[in-house]
Formats: sequence, structure tokens, C-alpha cells
Amino acid sequence: MENKDQDPESKPGKTISRRSFIRGAGLSTASSVLMTSNAFALEYKEPLVTGKEFGPDAITIKMKVNGITKSLSVEPRTTLASALRDHLELTGTKVVCDRGSCSACTVYLDGKPVNSCMMSAFDVGDKEITTIEGIAKNGELHPVQEAFIEHDASQCGYCTPGMVMSCVHLVDNNPNPNLEDVKNATRGNLCRCGTYPKVFKATLAAAKKTI
Amino acid sequence: MDTRKEKFPYGIPGHNLSEVEREIPVEEPPVWPINDKLKVIGKRVTRIDALEKVTGKAIYTSDIKLPGMLYAKILRSNVPHATISSIDISKAKSLPGVHAIHLIENTPKEGEENSTGKYPMVKYVGQPLAGVAAESLEIAKEAVSLIKVNYEKKPFVIDLEAAMELNAPIVFDAPITKQQDGGDVGETHDGSKGEGNVRGPSTSSFFGGPRGNLEEGFKEADVVVERTYRTQVHTHMPLETHGVVVDWNADVMTVYASTQNTAAVRNEMASVFNLPKSKVRVICEFMGGGFGAKHSAGSFGPMAANLAKKTGRPIWLMLDRQEEHLAEGNRPNSIQYLKIGAKKDGTLTGIQQRSHGTAGVGLGAGVGRIAQILYTCPNFATEQYDVLTNAGPGAAWRAPGNVQGAFGLEQAIDEIAEKLNLDPLSYRDHIDTSEVRKVERQRGAELFGWSRRKPAGSSKGIVKKGLGVGQSTWPRFVSLDSSVEIKIHKGGGVEIRSSVQDIGTGTKTILAQVVAEELGLQVKDIKVNIGDTFFPVGPGSGGSVVTGSITPPTRNAAFEAKTALLKLVAKKWETDSSELVMADGQVNHKTNTDLKMSFKEATKLMRTSQISKIASRSDDYGGFQQPWGLAYGDLGSVQFAEVSVNTDTGFVKVDRVVAAHSCGRPLNIGQLESQINGGVIQGVSYALYENRVMDNSTGHMMNANVDQYKVPFSMEIPEIETVIVEEYSGRSSTDAYGIGEPANIATAAAIANAVYNAIGVRLYEIPITPSSILKALSKVS
Ligand code: FES
Ligand code: FES
Repeated sequence: MENKDQDPESKPGKTISRRSFIRGAGLSTASSVLMTSNAFALEYKEPLVTGKEFGPDAITIKMKVNGITKSLSVEPRTTLASALRDHLELTGTKVVCDRGSCSACTVYLDGKPVNSCMMSAFDVGDKEITTIEGIAKNGELHPVQEAFIEHDASQCGYCTPGMVMSCVHLVDNNPNPNLEDVKNATRGNLCRCGTYPKVFKATLAAAKKTI
Repeated sequence: MDTRKEKFPYGIPGHNLSEVEREIPVEEPPVWPINDKLKVIGKRVTRIDALEKVTGKAIYTSDIKLPGMLYAKILRSNVPHATISSIDISKAKSLPGVHAIHLIENTPKEGEENSTGKYPMVKYVGQPLAGVAAESLEIAKEAVSLIKVNYEKKPFVIDLEAAMELNAPIVFDAPITKQQDGGDVGETHDGSKGEGNVRGPSTSSFFGGPRGNLEEGFKEADVVVERTYRTQVHTHMPLETHGVVVDWNADVMTVYASTQNTAAVRNEMASVFNLPKSKVRVICEFMGGGFGAKHSAGSFGPMAANLAKKTGRPIWLMLDRQEEHLAEGNRPNSIQYLKIGAKKDGTLTGIQQRSHGTAGVGLGAGVGRIAQILYTCPNFATEQYDVLTNAGPGAAWRAPGNVQGAFGLEQAIDEIAEKLNLDPLSYRDHIDTSEVRKVERQRGAELFGWSRRKPAGSSKGIVKKGLGVGQSTWPRFVSLDSSVEIKIHKGGGVEIRSSVQDIGTGTKTILAQVVAEELGLQVKDIKVNIGDTFFPVGPGSGGSVVTGSITPPTRNAAFEAKTALLKLVAKKWETDSSELVMADGQVNHKTNTDLKMSFKEATKLMRTSQISKIASRSDDYGGFQQPWGLAYGDLGSVQFAEVSVNTDTGFVKVDRVVAAHSCGRPLNIGQLESQINGGVIQGVSYALYENRVMDNSTGHMMNANVDQYKVPFSMEIPEIETVIVEEYSGRSSTDAYGIGEPANIATAAAIANAVYNAIGVRLYEIPITPSSILKALSKVS
């Protein structure tokens, strides 16, 4: 199904930005065990800090997260994931692989999903971050979150924030997704407990409700 | 002991439901009818902690932040076998931000291999050597990289078959007796017997030893199948790694742990640091997956505590993805020889099995129990050998032993059926005495559409379709050391307390359901406080024991608390408490409809602030097969798989799985489905994808990450349908059991049988990869 509303850049399976590829260069290995690439990250435009030199010491930067601008003191090597988890105590975002292959750390950068473990906190600039903590608005759950509860789409729950981020983005941008669309939206999300069938079900049910 | 007689529902609704009379202790609660007649039990109750999970508010061990907390990192060996001559920490120590370094020193115990050096002998790549505590994780990592270890390298062996050679480098020079968590099967994992790296054999399990006479058995056989099957090593890869946060103050050592067993972690930490158990508190509120590997404090637990001691600060120590793959458990591989004989009419006459497997530096690679008990056969013998290699230790992995064993057994049974010209499903009707599996076969086959199955290899075209089936069994284990406290608070509020943890299986929710059902309340009225060893000790989450062990005492404690409350109401109403019932949030008189009171009002009659009752798991009604908690009956399953095999590319896709399961009285259908989905998906992964790839020349794991350690993602998930068969046996006050292990056993076998049905060539080794398919089809050499 053609979906004109969706930003082409926000589709899964995009190339990995070189700029954001700040650690773990293991994806290049041509291994027989690597059958699909699970990488899921976005291209983004020129970061704010281009042209200056920083480090190795921490400096204070500002970051807009879930609508609130916060100051934090981070080193240049700090990833966005670490900035969120360790500096802003937003631990809903999880770090599982720390190299762009599981999507547990998915947050939105100006509304588009990115792997926060693959991005430097410095590179966020004035772009706005949304984390799992910012998905429910004024205590009201997103229909995807409601459906995840209703359809038992979390088990241990460690992958769940990333799954919710992927599925909310789909449902918000594609009012009428089919099963293939949901699979595509979550193709980078690793869940070892095996919640996939219920994630699919929940997301399709949530999409129906939002029409 | 005072007893009374009660009639319990017995059998399978819609099939053979009847009643059985049991003599039970008087204090046990009255019989629950079948689920149809209950309000909360057996229903699709949503998970009580789902809200925290979908909003990111659930706090896992890895999320914990404490004031003054330091981050720790472990230094691990990068050689597979060596003695350590010296460790130089001077550079690391002077790195700004480093607070303490702890070196693991040699403390050989009596009977264990004694390396004379200061430091333990290195036996595998990834063995922990030291730990650093620093202001940030980045600094701790940097400090670890600055520690210089001088190794005196020794010859090593990684590959299972190479290690079996008599002239192979020896992994342990001395007998080892310690089982590294791993497996099961034998009466003991006897590491003291054997030659070279090969230890064993183990020839019996808690179901007994060899039986009958194999030679005679095979003489009687009209058909014989004799095969060797191979399964790979794979690692658990829970999304949250192993780890702890240790906060050790003057009075209590608090350990936040990502664990399947808070009580075991407490016991280990208490013993390592010589503390009374009362002074160690282990807490696990949310944990990100374990699948069998997280039963212990490991070496990271004591490491964090040592660093906490040295620095006087809380220590955060979570492993990274690579460490997780290297050192924190794997399912051992296997080479299984299996010979099965049967008469023309299908009757089995002999099953002989011999297996070798490696759990690295650990023991527990046996696979024989499922072949011993799944089918009726008078003559059986097994020899199971553990082979030591210089690789990370194995750990229990969902149904240890049975998953590997089922892959061989269920293919061999299919081959016998084919030789006898019988349909493999109806052949199982002939050799399997289990009533519940019979119903699972019927109901599963119907949903699956088994009748569509065509002769092997008859599918036309490049992409060939195949259907297959596999069966499983898992014992009903009960952990007798399972206790729980129920509190009813004055003015309302009901609380459940136990150290038992919810590892994502939904334990919190089923406990709330049990208490809600008993007290006539709603699930939301019950607060579940578990995963804390300051509460009564509950079971570890392993072997599918939790539901069968902790739900009966939970119900019993709720029943006792209810009885105490009803006595107060009866006193006020000047009646007998046996005349009162609790339902729909009310206390009612059975006959006098004028007498009623809300639950909340009733609690106001309490003289003290709470009624508190603690109950422990009582013996099964009618006793156990083994007094330590091996219950009667089993947890059987039948799984059906439909696959497409592309004979040009070798690519296999599992299209659909129907999983028919039983677990006694089902408590929560949604959560059961979820766990079955998980078991099936891990089974698909085992059959087709994941594999620990070792470099035999360096001892390093080549794919110790997520991107190269291939597991299924959304694109590889089959359509999964579940059939849950209620089966009542009247053995406890809930008559309920777990599903964690059963869900994972039969899948790989069903897929292998389906692949054979598709292409007409059988594969005896997993993972089944495109290259193994093309080789089987003789398209590549
Ligand atoms: S993709 Fe960022 S943690 Fe895995
Ligand atoms: S729910 Fe446990 S990893 Fe997805």
C-alpha cells in the first residue's frame, strides 16, 4: 500500500549514518551467521556543533527532551543513550547491543526513530528528542501502549520501550497499516522473549482504534 | 494429621472429565471447580505490571541509580588456557576517576585443582580476572584496558570432537565434581569418572537407570533406525545482561539483581561474605530475561560486593553484550547416537542412546531423559558423557537436556513410522500412553490441518512445502521450599509477599489472580510485592517450578487470612464463620440475605492493623513420585510446524506453528500464549539460526554480539497458534503448573520433520542453514 503521509526517510531499513556510527564497526563483517541486517538508524542533517573542537573533558550542553529543555554535562564520547539514561535518569530507553543492531534504544529525533546508542549526545543539537517516557501525554496512554497492555505484548518488558517507539511511529504515520507494515516497522527490534506475535496483533488493533 | 476427603475434578474437559477422591489435610482450602466455574482463574487477565513496561517506568537492575554510586567493569582473560604470572594494575590505579581495583585470587578448595599461582588458572576466554570501580562506566572500561596481565599460555582445546581425542590438551588436570548449573539427566554429573576431557558416563536419571535387555530388544525388532544427531552450542542472550547493583552499608548488604532466583543469590552472597542471611537483602522487581542462565550470583555478584567494600559506595556492575555471550551460560552442544527398534505393529522394542556434549568448563551436557520416558519401551539404556573444553560454562537453558534430546528422538520416531508405512501422528497414538498428548494431537492436528500432509518430497516446484510434528514431555517439579505471606490490611488492601520473582512470565499476575479468586475480589485490589528476600522465600524460576510451587501456598495463605477475617464478621453477626462467604467484594451470609458487608467494612473489625498469614508448599495430595518434589504426571506438548524450503537457495522459512500444550489448570490464558510463543520462537531460532561460532585456533567466540549472533526478528516469525488443554489431576489447591520449559522442547524436532517432509532428505544437524539444505540436496559439496 502506498503511504504518502510517511516521510520516506522514516522507513525502516535506511542506511546507517556514518556520522552517527561512532562505535562498534562490526556490521561490515561478512559472516555466514549474519542473514539479515537489523540495523535501523536515520540520516540526519548537519549537527549544531560542526566546526568546533571539544573534549576530552565534559562540557555542558542543552537538550530538549520530551518537551523540556535540560542542561547536562557530558563528554564528547557520551552517546545519546547514555546521556538519557545516565545523565537525565530517563532509563526507559534501554541499551542492549550498544551497536545499532537491536533497536532497544529507539528514541525520536525530531519525530523520527533513531538508535540512540549510535548517536553522539553532542550531535543532537537543537533537535527535539522524544523518549518512551514522552509517549503518553498528560497521563493518557497512546493507543499502541493501551493495545500492548490489552494484548499482552510485553513479557520481561526489556525490549518493550523500543518496540512501542517503533509501533507508535508506524501508527502515527500510517493510519491503516497491514501486518507486513508492522513487521517492517519492527524489523530492527530484538525481543528474546518472543512477544512478536502479540506486538503485531496489538499494533494492528491500535491502528484500527486510531482511525 | 487430621484429614478430610474431597472430590476433585479429574481429567480433561471435553474428553474424559471425571472426579477423583483425595484425602487431604483439614486445613487445606476447599476444592476449586474447573475454570469454567471460576471468576478470575483461567481468564485473560492483563498483566498487572504491563503499564510500567509500556511507559518505560519499570525499573530494572540495570536502571538503578543510587546516590554516590560507582560503575564497575570486569577484566576478562583473552586467552583460553594459561597460568597468570603477574597482573600490573599501576596504570589503571592512577587513572583519574578510578576508586578501587579488585583482583580475583586463588582460593582452591579441597579436592579442586590446585594451581600454585596467586591467581586462578585461566580456562576460557572471558574468564573474570579483576574488577574496577570508577566514577563512570567509560572510566572503568578505560581502566580495565590499562591493566596488564602476563599469561603463561597453555595448550587448549575448543572443539567437542577434538577434545574427545585421548591426546587432546587437558582442560582440567584433576577430577571435578562441581556441576556448573547446566543440565540434568544423570543421577549425578559425575566429573570424577572418565578419561582425558571425557567425563561420565551418566546412565540414569531420577526416573531410574537402564531397563530390560537391549540386545534382546533389538533381536525382536522388525525395523531399526540408527542415527547420529548433532546440535549446536547457543547462548541465552537475554536482553538485560547479568548483573547487580550492590549497596553495602553497615547493617545490610542490599543486592539489586537481575536474577531468576533471589533466594539463591542471597544464599550465595551470605556464604561468600560470611554474613547471616538476615543481613543480605536481594531485590529483583523487574528483570530482562534469563531463560535459565540467571540462577546465581556468579562472579560478578561477589566482585561488586568486594568493590563496594573497598570503596564504601554502591556499585553498579552489569555485564556487556560480549561478556554475556562469553561467560554467562549457553546450552551445551551434543552428538547423539540413537538406535531405535520396533516390531511390525509399531511396538517399540529397544532404545539405545549415547551422547557427548560440551558445557565448556562446566558439566551438564546430558540429553537422555526424554528418550528414557516419552514412549513405552521395555528396553532402554543411555550413556551420556560430558566433554570438557576451554570455553565458557554452560547453564540451564529452558528444558535442559530435553530440547537437544527431542531433536534426535522425534526424528527417529518419524523414521520408524515411515519404515512401517504409518502416518507419524497416528503412529504416536500407538506408542504414547499419555492421555493429554492424545488430546493435544487431536485438537492440534485439526487446527493445523494435518490431513493436508503429503508424502515426503512430493511437493512440486522450487519452493517446497512440508508439514511435521514433534512431541515433548517435562516433569512436574515442585520446589517444597516455597513460602508466601498474605496480608489483609485494616481498612482494606491485600498484599502478597514472597521472594519469588517475576522474570517476565507473569508470576505477579497469577498470584494476584489466585488471591482475588479466593477472596472474591478483583485483581486490581491485590498488591503484589515479590522479588525481595526480606519476604518469605519462594522458588527460583527454573524448571517450570514456579506456578506449581508457589500458587498453592498463595491460595492457602489467602484462605487462612480469609478464615480469620470471616471469624470476626461471624462474631459480629453472631453466627458461625462456616455460614459466610466472600464474593464480589462482599461478605455474605449463605442463607440470610440481610447479612452482608463490604470487604472493606469487614476489615475494619480487625483489632490489629493487619491479618498476616504465611503458608508454605504442602505435599501434593496423594504424595510425590519422589519425595523431594517430583510430582505425578507430566507437562506434555505436541507441536506442528509448516515450512517452505527454497531448493534453489536453501532458504528455510517456518510459516506456521501450532503448539498444543497442557499445564494442569491454566491460570492465565494470555500469559500462557505469550510464553508458548516465546518457546516456539526460541525453538525456531535453535532449529534454523543461532549458533555460537568459535575460532578453534584462538578460543575466541566470533559472534559475541547481536548483529552476528543471528536470532529471529519480526521477519522470521511464523504464525503461531496455541491450543491449551485443561487437565485436572487434583494434586494441590490450585492444580496448576508452569509452561516455560515445555514450550521450547518440541519445536526444533517438528521443524526438522517438516523440512524432511518438504524435500525428502533428512537433516540430522542443527542449525539447518541454507548451506546445509543445499548440501543435503547435493547441490553443493
Ligand atoms: S540498537 Fe542501540 S542498544 Fe541496540
Ligand atoms: S519482552 Fe523480553 S525481550 Fe522482549
